[in-house]
Amino acid sequence: MATTSGGGVYSPALLEHVSNPDYHVHLDDATCTHEGVNPSCGDDLTISYSLAPDGTIADAAWEGTGCAVSQGSADMMCDLVIGRTPAEAARLARLFGRMVRGEETDADALAELDEASCLESISHMPARVKCAELAWRTLAEMAGTPTDDDGAPTAGEGTLADEKGTNGGSPAAPRG
Amino acid sequence: MSIDCNPYKADFPLLVGNPGLAYLDSAATAQRPTCVLDAQRRFYETMNANPLRGLYSLSVAATDAIADARAHVARFIGAPSADEVVFCRNASEALNIAARCLGDTLLSEGDEVAITVMEHHSNLIPWQQACRRAGAKLVYLRPDEHGHITSAEIAEKVGPRTKVVSCCHVSNVLGSVQPIRELARAAHANGATFVVDAAQSAPHMAIDVSELGCDLLALSAHKLMGPMGVGVLWGRRDLLDSLPPFLTGGEMIDSVTETDATWAPVPEKFEAGTQDAAGIYAFGAALDYLEGVGLDAVEARERELVDLLMDGLATLPFVDIVGSPDASDHVGVVSFNVEGIHPHDVASILDADHVAIRAGHHCAQPLLTWMGIQSCCRASVAFYNDANDVDALIRGLAHVWEVFHGND
Repeated sequence: MATTSGGGVYSPALLEHVSNPDYHVHLDDATCTHEGVNPSCGDDLTISYSLAPDGTIADAAWEGTGCAVSQGSADMMCDLVIGRTPAEAARLARLFGRMVRGEETDADALAELDEASCLESISHMPARVKCAELAWRTLAEMAGTPTDDDGAPTAGEGTLADEKGTNGGSPAAPRG
Repeated sequence: MSIDCNPYKADFPLLVGNPGLAYLDSAATAQRPTCVLDAQRRFYETMNANPLRGLYSLSVAATDAIADARAHVARFIGAPSADEVVFCRNASEALNIAARCLGDTLLSEGDEVAITVMEHHSNLIPWQQACRRAGAKLVYLRPDEHGHITSAEIAEKVGPRTKVVSCCHVSNVLGSVQPIRELARAAHANGATFVVDAAQSAPHMAIDVSELGCDLLALSAHKLMGPMGVGVLWGRRDLLDSLPPFLTGGEMIDSVTETDATWAPVPEKFEAGTQDAAGIYAFGAALDYLEGVGLDAVEARERELVDLLMDGLATLPFVDIVGSPDASDHVGVVSFNVEGIHPHDVASILDADHVAIRAGHHCAQPLLTWMGIQSCCRASVAFYNDANDVDALIRGLAHVWEVFHGND
């Protein structure tokens, strides 16, 4: 059966993260926890990370419900940001946001996203951008740098314990 | 006419231009036939002037175009007079007029408004807000396992405190037809006003307002193959006469002074500002087309398509029907979930296979919450669908399962 780029999003890599997630756990010693929701989709993710003494992310995890795109994307993100500072993680989250919105297409630049770069084809599925972006946007909010901000990162350690971030207003998102 | 054969698709340019597309989202919006698109253009090319305002012949032509369409809508829904047909932007606006105007006139603290938990948000939020403004109580009627409001439920929830009963004719999620005449009798026995949201029924069955027994009825042109941006509120003449206007401004007045205004008679009282005259005219063309096909033919063909759809879904063990298991309880609409796969993922994979369905909460969040589900998929048919479209969906759903689970 013919598939377009839309079907291509459901790559073996994404589906492996969905069926066998590595970071779908509760982090008891979280330094920072933040919830992100897509009200129109029902995606609801809580992202947590703990910091090592050197200020880098020692562990990261996600909890919540949603579609394969939001969950697989969250799992890939956790994998990517461990060992980095929150500021670096926020910068990568902004890069991911630009990728799925189709604003950054340079393969060399996107290589930094490692496995998550396989979600580039989401940029051709405007209704699903919010799903893919949710975990990353939530992470960026934790570090105090929204993904829409293309300026220099101003991230410090997140202080937003258990606050709720809402991704609203994307014109392409399905609503009812 | 067999559903294997499809003489209608050729009338729809979008379907002709996308021969591989299985469009199964007509409950969200129908496709438009060529004659409707031509009518829209013809209005602007041959009769474009501001209706009601000018005294020159072009403006008279524009005014006549609206009057003809109004009379046509009245005939289409069995209304005794064209003056009872109010044009507005969509069914949502029609229901907002109903809730705002009835709410302001009828509701006080302690009163009740009875709606069903199946309502589309457009027939729910306006009443929720009207009740909040008045200090009235919003009472929800809940359907049985076949998606129908029962007599017992009506007897329990509609009573002397009920001032308004408002109900969908057909649920946009469950596809079930509601007992409109029984609800009308219960509402009127208690002195309540009865409103029907016919947005989801009118494309599929003949509507007769006197037979239904309602006081107000809302319609949406775009679900009837007309243009987007045109809706209808029908109301009993004496009721419309008694209600205050909704929007105020141009064309809805009788006379205006610096300190006061008096209102034009209905329907103009409810039609402030310049109407979408071309859209209204093209809506008339859509009704011509639908009547040409014949509502009997539409109903018979859609019955077959829904039966085929339900049979096909029954062959997929991983698909759970949302609502009644009986095909006969579904008018045009079948909602379902694929076990363990989010509806948005289902819809995206189907989209890649050129099958268009709706996925989400279908503007009926309270219903889904009450049913204990977050969202679902919805396939909806129109007479211009055929067996190939249904087959594409069934094959596509098998593919969805394969993407997530391989060939096991």
